[in-house]
This record gives sequence, structure tokens and C-alpha cells, in this order.
Amino acid sequence: MPIKILEVKDLSVKYNGISALSDVSFEAEAGDYIGIVGHNGSGKTTLVKALLGLLPFDGNVFFQGKNLREFTASKHIGYLPQKMAFFDQRFPATALEIVATGVYCCKKTPKHLLGSDYAAAENIMETLGIKELKDRPIGKLSGGEQQRVLLARTMVHSPAILILDEPTVALDPASREIFYAMVEKLNKEKQVTILMVSHDVVSIGGYTTKILYLDGKVLFLGTYGEFCDSNTVSSYLGDKRRFNCCGH
Amino acid sequence: MENIFTQIYESLRYAFIQRAMIAGCFMALGCSFLGVFLVLRRFSLIGDGLAHVSFATVALALLLNAQPMIVSIPLVALSSLLILKLNEKASVYGDAAIGLVSSFGIALGVIIASTAGGFNVDLFSYLFGNILSVNWFEVWMTIGISSLVALTIAFFYHDLFAITFDEEYARVLGIKVGMVNRILILLTSFIVVLGIKIVGTMLVSSLIILPAVTALQIARSFKATIALAGVLAVLSVIFGIFASYVLDLPSGATIVMMNFIFFVVFFLLGRMK
Repeated sequence: MPIKILEVKDLSVKYNGISALSDVSFEAEAGDYIGIVGHNGSGKTTLVKALLGLLPFDGNVFFQGKNLREFTASKHIGYLPQKMAFFDQRFPATALEIVATGVYCCKKTPKHLLGSDYAAAENIMETLGIKELKDRPIGKLSGGEQQRVLLARTMVHSPAILILDEPTVALDPASREIFYAMVEKLNKEKQVTILMVSHDVVSIGGYTTKILYLDGKVLFLGTYGEFCDSNTVSSYLGDKRRFNCCGH
Repeated sequence: MENIFTQIYESLRYAFIQRAMIAGCFMALGCSFLGVFLVLRRFSLIGDGLAHVSFATVALALLLNAQPMIVSIPLVALSSLLILKLNEKASVYGDAAIGLVSSFGIALGVIIASTAGGFNVDLFSYLFGNILSVNWFEVWMTIGISSLVALTIAFFYHDLFAITFDEEYARVLGIKVGMVNRILILLTSFIVVLGIKIVGTMLVSSLIILPAVTALQIARSFKATIALAGVLAVLSVIFGIFASYVLDLPSGATIVMMNFIFFVVFFLLGRMK
């Protein structure tokens, strides 16, 4: 029987009294890959921030059956934030130092790292095939390499859910494909539940088990195939792109 | 050359040089450690802004015939928290918040000085400071506060590192970003107040900015940057005091010039790598 990892019930968020999201409900099971899509301002990042506890919300979020209001889920969630620009070239930290910061979520303030934490950081870098980057300064890496290092950071504490907010927006097509393949590997081999926020349903559609289409509320929730067959896809992509994306 | 070394050796016999060396080196360590975090977080000019506020607080202390350091520490600390609040809550950009508070400080200082009169010479001596005139009370204050800075940074090192790299992600990791920011800014205000006696309100921010920027030219890891900034800052104080003694130059400005020379050397080294 599939394990229910995440259950979102009637989640609503308001900014200064104006509704940004209303009554969003969905569930995710272990190994699900959910694509969260929608136009700019449709509430995708707002949903992510609410799930991470960065924004106040109405409704309930249950993580492995426990209400999110009653505990901190950062130990169980990996998060890769939206990033439009790359890091300062002179930022004085190696890739390994950056990956190791992912372990902080499991430690009390003030945080302290042990040798075993750096070993865990090296292990995840090896798993993701980027161990050769470990001693290089983060600012000297290419955009694609930086994003893979940040993915390793989100995975270093072995979270059950990985939330990625437009992770490939600043990457070239080749780096984008490498990145998506890496995420798919984590999803398939480690059964990590993925919540992938993206504008680009064409790129992620094939990997997903569900598509959640938002526009201030849930307009569609179902498989990618159902998404392509539904009328909502036309309003999202337009008929021409619907043909290109879904092949019909 | 031998004459120079003799002069340097002899200078160390003087108590005022000994006090200047001790206070200057501890001051340099405190400023440079904080500077690495402030520079990387684009808060470099906070030292400058708080120093301008301290111009007003020194004027107030002289008006009240009180010890400038005692009056300045709480008032400058409050101003630092105000800058943080303006930035966080009132959506005022960080540099604009610094500019706002600093111009208020300068204006207030000038008004106090012009209306009170009689202590302008004392007040203007704080513009450029005089490390050679520090007393033992100020030396011990400098040792105490610089040690507090070093210990706090060691204690919160990983939290500060995470916030400096990516503040939003640090929040997700459960780091108490607001608390750590307040600690950082309060320590900065303490060190700035100490610095006005050593290099004066006009130059104190250079002790925060220059060693950090210099270290960033070549250091590859975060800890190495902090260590290198500390070493360069201390060397600047030592060479600066000796140079000012031998060449009969103002000590605060000479310390800053030493920092600047190190920056030029490391900038060129960084370009050659």
C-alpha cells in the first residue's frame, strides 16, 4: 500500500487581505513526482512557501500524518529555491561547504557540523556524480554545476520530499536535461517524493505522476495524459502548444 | 635602516605605544571578523553609518560632560537596530536605511555642537581619533568587546555562514535569522564605538571593510577568509603604528593606509592567479 507523505487540505494564503491561493487540496505518496504549473502570479511559489512554513496560511497540511502546525518539517523536506542569478564569483566557500549546510536543518541553533556531516555531504555529491566539484569555489562553477551542488545540499539529510521551485529557469537546455535526469534518478531510485514547480510543463510532463495546475486555486489535478486531454490545457498552453506538448 | 629598527624598538618602551598596540590589535580582529560577514551581505557601509551616529552621541556625551564611550554604546546600538528594522519591516533598502540614520546622526551632531559650543575641539578630535591616547579603561573595553565578537562568531559561525550565503534558505533550515542578524548588527555597533577613539568616525568603517575585501581577493574557503582578514588587520595596525611613529604621521590614517596597501597587493595577486 502506498505511503501517504503529504496531505494538503483547503490551504489558503492571503497577502494584505488579498487572496493569493484559496482552498488548495492535494495528496502526495512516496515516490510521486508532482508538477506544479501555472502562469506567473498563479500562486505556485506561494504554495511552496506555505508548505515550508515561510508564510502563514489557513487550512491544514499533514506530513506523514502529522499536522505541520505541530512540528517543524524542515528535517523531512529538501528545498531548492527559485534563483534567477548565479552566486557571486568571489563568495569564499567550496562546493562541499555549501552542500554540508543542508545538514543544518537537523541541528539546533547554534548549528555545528561534525566530520560525519561532511562525510554525508561527500556521499551525496558522489551519488549525484559531482564529487569532483567538492573543493572548487561555488562562485567559479557554471550555472548548471551550481544548481547540481544546490540539489545535493537539499538531499544531504535524506529528505522524504524534495520541493524544487523553478530550478532550471537560468540554465541552458543541456544543463536543464542533466538536472532533470538527476532529479528523476532520486525519484526512481530513492523513492523521494518530488514537488516540481515549473512554467515549462513540456519539459517536466513526462517525468510526472501528477500535474497540479494552479491559478489562485486548483484548476486541474491529474496525470499528464489527463492534463493533455482536458480543456484546461488549452487555457494554459494554447491550442498550438497543446499539440506540441501532448502530441495531439 | 638600523636607525629605524632602533626607533621601533625604543617606541615599545612607551606605555602609550603598548596600549595602542594592544587596543589596536584587538580592535582590528573584531572589525575584520565582522567585516567578512558584513561585506558579503552588502552591508559594508553600516560601519560608516553607525560611525556618523556616534558623532552625534559623542557630541551629546561632551554636552553632558559624560564618558563618550558609555553614552555612545547604547545609543549607537539602538540606531543599528533601527537600521535593521527599517530594512526588514519598512521595506527601506539596506543602503538607504544606513544613509537615513547616518545623515540624521551627522545633522544632530552638528546641531548639538553648534548650539552648545565650547567643546568643538574635543568633538573634532573624534573625527580622526587618536590611538596613541587610549587609556587602560579603553584598552580593557576593546579587549572585552573584541573577545565577545570573536566568541560570538565562533559560537554562531555555521548560522552566520548559512545566512550570508542564502538568507531565505537559512530560514527554511530553521536558523533564527532575525536573532542572528540582530546579534551581528549589535556587535558591529559596539565595535564601531570603540573604533572612533582609534581611527575616528571618518575612518572606522575602513577597519571593517578593507581587511575583508582584501582577504576575499585570494581566499577560497570561508574560514580562510576570516583568518586572513584577521591577520591582515593586525599587521596593518602593527605596521601602521610603527610607521606613524617613525615618520611622524597621524596613526589612525596610517593604519588605514597600511590596510589599503595590503588591498592593492592582494588585488594584484588575485588577478595573477
